[in-house]
Amino acid sequence: MIRALMFILMCTVTGIALATIDAYEFNSMEDEQRFRQLVEELRCPKCQNQNISDSNAPLAKDIKDRTFKLINEGKSNREITDYMVERYGDFVTYRPPMRPVTWFLWFGPFVLALLAAAIIFMRKLAQRSPSIIQVTPEQEAKVQELLKQLDQNDNAKQP
Amino acid sequence: MKGGKWLLFSLPLVLFAGMAFFFLNAIGTDPSVLPSTRIDKPFPAFVLPTLEDSTKTVTEKDLRGPLLVNIWATWCPTCIVEHPMLLELSRRGIPMVGVNYKDEPAAARQYLQNHGNPFQWNILDAKGDLGLDLGVYGAPETYLIDAEGKIRHRFAGALTPDVWVKELWPIWQSMGGFQPSDTAPAAGGSS
Repeated sequence: MIRALMFILMCTVTGIALATIDAYEFNSMEDEQRFRQLVEELRCPKCQNQNISDSNAPLAKDIKDRTFKLINEGKSNREITDYMVERYGDFVTYRPPMRPVTWFLWFGPFVLALLAAAIIFMRKLAQRSPSIIQVTPEQEAKVQELLKQLDQNDNAKQP
Repeated sequence: MKGGKWLLFSLPLVLFAGMAFFFLNAIGTDPSVLPSTRIDKPFPAFVLPTLEDSTKTVTEKDLRGPLLVNIWATWCPTCIVEHPMLLELSRRGIPMVGVNYKDEPAAARQYLQNHGNPFQWNILDAKGDLGLDLGVYGAPETYLIDAEGKIRHRFAGALTPDVWVKELWPIWQSMGGFQPSDTAPAAGGSS
């Protein structure tokens, strides 16, 4: 129950980085929405590990300006991303294209999750059907003898 | 079941080996250096004025190599560091064109007067449009352009004699560029 609550909490408290929207005037709400999405997904080549939206680097501003220009020219999101990848490489997008070299990136988490699920499932299964230990009469006798010794030792220690 | 256990126990080892492989590969590579997407592609189209004469415009057709193109600006400290190297290469006969990137033209002209001018002429890219089309992510950057106007190499950062000898000189040679008899060996000792 607590875990479920924590999970829900984690889902709601994801940081939402608001874009610093400079004085861009869009033709429509839809265009502005697309712009916000694109600048979140484009990665700054200069200040690595920041997106274009968060970065204050002059280069990020240039890429923002160019994105704005391309949106006003009626380019699709896909075309704009391709345009930037053509110039800065796969690095520039936080949504890397599906290629053999990026398969690990795309499928790795799912493979790991499946693996984890499989391990948990196997352990549960093992717990549910504890294997019955076969004991021979000789072993049984040995166990009893050891237990007796233990008792005697305990008694001996007591004052 | 026994086979399953072995699989389970060897998993951390396999994961460790996999990660070790990735990390070992990453050692010694600078993550801030990005590969250029423009290698072996034509220089991107542009129509821009020159720093020397803002009424005159130049295009990518004016860049026929073998030629060195250097992205620079007065606000860029590393450009000042590599400037003597550019002057040296220019003195030895390597033809070079500058791209004055997101700069004040007046300050840029003053800078060349103060520090010496290694460039035949300069493209004035005041807004950084050409820089963006080239995929420039910081000045200085140095490009080698071949006779067809194709980009053959991009080097980001300060050009040093070592970089010239090891990285750029072999490509310059393969492009059939002007080869001053003393460039290759002596450039290494010029600093």
